[in-house]
Amino acid sequence: MSRWAGWLLLAALAAGPPLALAAGQPFYVDIMTRLVCLAAAATSLNLILGHGGMISFGHAAYIGIGAYAVGIPAYYGIYNGWLHIVLAVACAALFAFATGAIALRTRGVYFIMITMAFAQMVFFAIVSIEEYGGDDGLVIDIRSEFPLVDLEDGLTLYYVCFAVLLGTLYVVHRVARSRFGMVIEGAKGNERRMAALGFAFYRHRLAAYTFAGALCGLSGAMLGNFTNFISPEMMDWTRSGELIFMVVLGGTGALFGPLMGAAAFLLLEELLSGWTIYWQLPFGLLLILVVLFARGGLAGLLEGRRG
Amino acid sequence: MDAGLVAAQLLNGLQLGVLLFLLASGLTLIFGIMDFVNLAHGSLYMVGAYFCATLTEATDSFLLAVALALPATALVGAAVELLVVRRLYRRDHLDHVLATFGLILCFDALVQILWGPEGMAIRLPAWADGQQHLPGGLVFPTYRLLIIGVGLAVAAGLYVLVAKTRLGMRIRAGASNPAMAGALGIDIGLLFTLVFALGAVMAGLAGMMIAPITEASIGMGNEIIITAFVVVIVGGIGSIRGAFVAALLIGLIDTMGRSFLDMGLKLVMSVQAAETSAPALSAMLIYILMAAVLAFRPQGLFPPKTR
Repeated sequence: MSRWAGWLLLAALAAGPPLALAAGQPFYVDIMTRLVCLAAAATSLNLILGHGGMISFGHAAYIGIGAYAVGIPAYYGIYNGWLHIVLAVACAALFAFATGAIALRTRGVYFIMITMAFAQMVFFAIVSIEEYGGDDGLVIDIRSEFPLVDLEDGLTLYYVCFAVLLGTLYVVHRVARSRFGMVIEGAKGNERRMAALGFAFYRHRLAAYTFAGALCGLSGAMLGNFTNFISPEMMDWTRSGELIFMVVLGGTGALFGPLMGAAAFLLLEELLSGWTIYWQLPFGLLLILVVLFARGGLAGLLEGRRG
Repeated sequence: MDAGLVAAQLLNGLQLGVLLFLLASGLTLIFGIMDFVNLAHGSLYMVGAYFCATLTEATDSFLLAVALALPATALVGAAVELLVVRRLYRRDHLDHVLATFGLILCFDALVQILWGPEGMAIRLPAWADGQQHLPGGLVFPTYRLLIIGVGLAVAAGLYVLVAKTRLGMRIRAGASNPAMAGALGIDIGLLFTLVFALGAVMAGLAGMMIAPITEASIGMGNEIIITAFVVVIVGGIGSIRGAFVAALLIGLIDTMGRSFLDMGLKLVMSVQAAETSAPALSAMLIYILMAAVLAFRPQGLFPPKTR
């Protein structure tokens, strides 16, 4: 059931933007582009949070790293898109590897806090580098340049982001289904049992953590290209909280969960903020209610299981 | 280096330290006793500041306002515990993080509804608004000295409460083994509500004391709560003594780092490199400390003995 809903949503996202443009509503293309980028980021988080049980409270840092990997070269007049992508993925992977190697030695709430601490380090590092705008952020005057593809065109940019989402969904699905994915899923369930079975799951976890970071760096690069303006606010700790919310709202560990979660999140944000300027209140209440009463998220509700 | 400047910054660091202690002591009690991650603790800090600002305007007396705002904040804390937090003790940390994240959104919106989007300043009474001449020719604001004095007094009071009174004995019993304490006839539910309200009072007090300096504003707790978590982790979860030492340590490191790190760096690198890297590094300093503590001494510097 949730699979069907996921495919349906993907189909809607594939067909939506041209229809929105035809209806003279380019605003919806913007929302869908943001949705697609955030859904890709949330899907990458689902790999470690949903499948691996690693509650990273600093995943927004990778969005920021990816975005600044576009913004900083653009600041120096370097617009080569391939370079941006390689830089975004490599920097995110490197940061995830270095911090993951330390963070994965800890468990439980310590892991939550140390991942948040590392994200805060990036946040404050960017805030205090005045060359790149510091607190005020950085304007990307020209988007990443690729041969044959012009990202300055809104629709083209959208379909590139959509392709990134599809790619992210595919690889996360494949990784989760592989023997490697089974190891991190098993370690989430029972570490001692996995150790007794002879799996050195620390290395698997570190690899998954690094991979998820790299994937999120890619979606961050797309988001930076879309917004044309990047700031440290993109990696504020509340952004990491929102990513976790998207994953949980959709249903942890379900392939299309983060996509549905991100869609529901943005839809609610748009609806409620159009309805009242105090939209955070119903939004926050809903978040609490989801935690209290709908543990399986949207995917769980569609499958008919609760709690 | 100017000795007077160093002394003034030491006092500023001490002032930040005692504020952090007020926040972190409640956080570490809630963490240690209920095993509950309360991101919304910073909201109680904000609520305390707003209560105090309104009551100062209404009563025209800052002291009376504080005296009235403290029990009011305690009531808000108790209500939060009874309505939401109580249902989450048996859940995992991910649920705690999400639900209290939702609480933050609710509190920020509620404050905006009740008090409007603008911040509220608190005017200090004349007797607290001056400067004090300290030995050695140092001049320091009276009110900041008052904050340090009150913070240290509350720390001493909290020590007596936990170590010497019957309630403190129950709190310690609840911390080391809630099930056993319950079997011995202690009302664990009531105890948890009391501890949560106690934490709320101390967070609220911190907000009330900082508001005359910075003014009460929406989201004021969202940054300092992260620093308070750093204090809790560095000090050792559940340890009030650890929270005290770590709060002062982190207050001093943060303040001194921001003031003097560039001078230190100039000794080992070029002036220009020092001036560009010092702000970034000093903002990251406490997170580096936390990551180091988690990596090498995950239980914190002063873990509680009975666990």
